[in-house]
Amino acid sequence: MNAAWAAIHFTINGKACAVQAPPMKRLLDVLREDLRLTGTKEGCGEGECGSCSVRMNGELVNSCLVPVLQAEGADVQTVEGFATNGILHPIQQAFLDCGGAQCGICTPGMLVATAQLLARNPHPNLAEIREGLAGNLCRCTGFMRIFESVLAAATRAPESEAKKASHAR
Amino acid sequence: MRGNAEAHELIAPGTLPAVLDLLASAPGEWTPIAGGTELMVAFAAGRLGARKLVNLWGIPDLRFIEVTTENIAIGACTTFVDLRAHSVLAAELPLIAKSASWIGSVANQSRATVGGNLVNGSPAADSSPALLVYDAEVELVSRRGRRRISYAEFHTGYKRNVLAADELLYAVHLPRRFAHHRQYLRKVGTRRAMAVSKVALAATALLDGELIGEIRLAAASLAPFPTRLYKTESALLGQPIAKETTEAGRRALLAEAQPIDDIRSTAEYRRRVAANLLQEFLLELSTEGPSR
Repeated sequence: MNAAWAAIHFTINGKACAVQAPPMKRLLDVLREDLRLTGTKEGCGEGECGSCSVRMNGELVNSCLVPVLQAEGADVQTVEGFATNGILHPIQQAFLDCGGAQCGICTPGMLVATAQLLARNPHPNLAEIREGLAGNLCRCTGFMRIFESVLAAATRAPESEAKKASHAR
Repeated sequence: MRGNAEAHELIAPGTLPAVLDLLASAPGEWTPIAGGTELMVAFAAGRLGARKLVNLWGIPDLRFIEVTTENIAIGACTTFVDLRAHSVLAAELPLIAKSASWIGSVANQSRATVGGNLVNGSPAADSSPALLVYDAEVELVSRRGRRRISYAEFHTGYKRNVLAADELLYAVHLPRRFAHHRQYLRKVGTRRAMAVSKVALAATALLDGELIGEIRLAAASLAPFPTRLYKTESALLGQPIAKETTEAGRRALLAEAQPIDDIRSTAEYRRRVAANLLQEFLLELSTEGPSR
């Protein structure tokens, strides 16, 4: 059986977009294949590793677990929306400065999860950072440098900046 | 084999009445999907049996927390992020937020729904033990009408429940009479984050002087579905807080529990840990004085 394709409209990093896709196609695959936004990575494909993290309507989601039909009308933010005019976002700069990124596969998800955390809690302590990133796995850094990156980002970014950058509701 | 999106239909009627019409028109044909944290995992692995899915995500009638004088009603599509953020739940029924905090990661909690957790019916379901010791009721809805039953009677077997083919889980109702109970919930898993429980135990109790005046116990992963431990409760009810009572409670729990060996743990480990959790709760009862 071939399910009918649907026309789906949503906002991606502030721009309106429309795609034609099978409604069960994963948002992750629509981002990567249809929109060519390959910053969002696939790791486990089952919601355990966080590599495919994006923000949808101000909430952190695993895009591998979102059928694209459920993104209809949504405001979606991916890692591609972080840097502006070639200037890294403060969270990205902090990861760069603190050695929070190595091979890079988990990094987009880590950045997006960090943006979500800082939008809700601009000055998290270490325990809160650990919880906020608990769904994002990294096999390179041992996590400590990632936590340091988040602390650095929280220290540097003025509260309003963190909120603005992460499209807080 | 990977899932093939074109092999599955997914439609979004958009409102609760429209979903109920669809279910009534072809009972059993359509599988509801909300946050997708179970079904999309099966889909990605190519093992999602359901070919026709109906979307519940985004239907406002199903996502609410409504507080009245005696009751808190939680819509089936309320997420665990929603539950963790609710001040009345946090103040009066703190085990709800505690169990919600264990459900995977932030990204899982922002999509997983309480209705999905119950309908999926895993024996290890994180939200179930807390709901059971709070005497939760579930409200089911179909074109034929609504009915409300005790949540303790919702599950009927491994991943089986009382829902008819045209019915949806509409809401969970929690009575507001546990604020002064002694409350306990502990999950034992492989690690703190993102782990499915090996075993979990929840309890609410009231002391009557030195005696256990009221007690409810519920567990995950001790039976084919999340269950109240009625026999263990009986062994403890009306008894004094004492070493003999603890021993009797342990014996009753070991007799009542029916855990299995599986990939996450062994029956023997689950039994022993569950008895230890009960002992920990009884110890807390004895050391913290009378109910607040």
